Amino acid sequence: MAILAVEGLSCRYGSIRAIRDVDLTVDEGEIVGLIGANGAGKTTTLNGIAGLVTPSGGRVRFAERDVTGLGPDRLLRAGLALVPERRRIFIDLTVAENLKVGGVTASRREREERLEEMTSRFPVLRDKWSTAAGFLSGGEAQQLAIARALMSAPRLLLMDEPTLGLAPTLVDRIFELVVSLRASGVTLLIVEQNATRLLEVADRAYVMRTGDVAMSGRGADLLARADLFESYVGDTA
Amino acid sequence: MTEILQQLVDGLGRGSEYALIGLGIALIFGVMHLVNFAQGDLITVSGYVTYALLTAGWSWWAVIPLIVLSATLTSVVIEFVAFRRVRGASDTTMLLTSFGVHFVITALFVMFVSPNVRTFDRPGWITNTVTIGSVRLEVFDLATLGVTIVTLAATAFLVRRTMFGISLRAAAEDFAAARLMGVRSDRVIQGAFALAGLLAGIASVFILMRSGRTSPNFGETPMLKGILAALIGGLGSLGGAVIGGFALGLLEVFLIARLPDELAGLTNGVVFLLIALLFIFRPGGIVSVRHAERV
Repeated sequence: MAILAVEGLSCRYGSIRAIRDVDLTVDEGEIVGLIGANGAGKTTTLNGIAGLVTPSGGRVRFAERDVTGLGPDRLLRAGLALVPERRRIFIDLTVAENLKVGGVTASRREREERLEEMTSRFPVLRDKWSTAAGFLSGGEAQQLAIARALMSAPRLLLMDEPTLGLAPTLVDRIFELVVSLRASGVTLLIVEQNATRLLEVADRAYVMRTGDVAMSGRGADLLARADLFESYVGDTA
Repeated sequence: MTEILQQLVDGLGRGSEYALIGLGIALIFGVMHLVNFAQGDLITVSGYVTYALLTAGWSWWAVIPLIVLSATLTSVVIEFVAFRRVRGASDTTMLLTSFGVHFVITALFVMFVSPNVRTFDRPGWITNTVTIGSVRLEVFDLATLGVTIVTLAATAFLVRRTMFGISLRAAAEDFAAARLMGVRSDRVIQGAFALAGLLAGIASVFILMRSGRTSPNFGETPMLKGILAALIGGLGSLGGAVIGGFALGLLEVFLIARLPDELAGLTNGVVFLLIALLFIFRPGGIVSVRHAERV
């Protein structure tokens, strides 16, 4: 059953149409990829879904509810979280404080439980608990950004370029995490420049080109048609 | 030595007021990028509340909580009526809005009360002094300083340790990211205005007790001093605004004491000159807002 259904989504920045008529669905328990060259509109699509950008047209349905145009704080309460582009962790706050902000919608008891859970899932964060987040390495910061989003116990997690700028071993770590998150019941929609790696774990993927969806299919099928999507994605890394 | 100690306490007492108002201005600037020129009007409003109640026969002790309450409420109402409409607008729009609010409040008092100064009796104990050794200190300065220290400690606790404070700091750093985490903009911004109003209200108690009067533009001087305190401290830094406030109070008192009598009228001029020099050498203020960053 579709937990997220996007129909004809369009977003503009002033007079520039960043995306037009984007259709996509994500079923409960899936990992869905969103790939495409730089400027194809992947980030705008995620931001339009998560409420960071107000759509100029189209509908977003999440968990059987029309959530088009709702602000990000309301979407988060509905169970949709985004790990945004460039992470946007709070660099002047400590690691613990970043996580607490992530759990702002939870009760005190839930928050404490989840903090506990995050320390076991992300041991590097426990070691830097009281450090200002601006001092974290790229890999640590990315794990913090994901952990912070998980603090709200989302049903659907959107991730924008989770492996950007990370060393190969850390990229592996992030993809392991994605798979384990799905196993624990989180549905994921992921934008990733590392298309090949993403398609290896994704159930399905959408390929975007200059503002709309050019093709879509099962991850394995798209991988097999590497010649085809290479021309859209440009960089298959 | 004795003299310096007396001036120190005097300067810190005066600086307490600046620190409290400056801290409120820095709080609001942090979450909204708004330099709130209406902050001083909270003192004006609570001044008229004080005038009305004292005239009606209330005692000072009964009036104090209402001064704080009226300043806090006024701050929240101003946010709701004026600043909510321009949230997210350009800094210039917000600046002009805050000027507008200030002039409207001033005009309301001129039209509906009187353009003239209203005076009321100051509490009797205000001129009392205590002598410790050879140092004679004003009880009022000590009380101001004591209450301010307790207030600042409570504010520090609120901002550092509570979920409201953590959300506030997160929103000040990246408002959109904070909303992505579920932080409600209304709650954070209203909270910042309420807290800034509370701090201005506490400062207002001291200012009104010391001056024994109010007028439609009574809040302008404290507002300017508060903005200076926040600027000296590095606008946006909460600790900086507090340090800036105390520094400004001390500077004024030391200058008044040091300048020859015929130049005493130039105190403010010299203060501004020194602040100009500060900004030449440290454009970001005393506590430049520097972010933690991995080198």
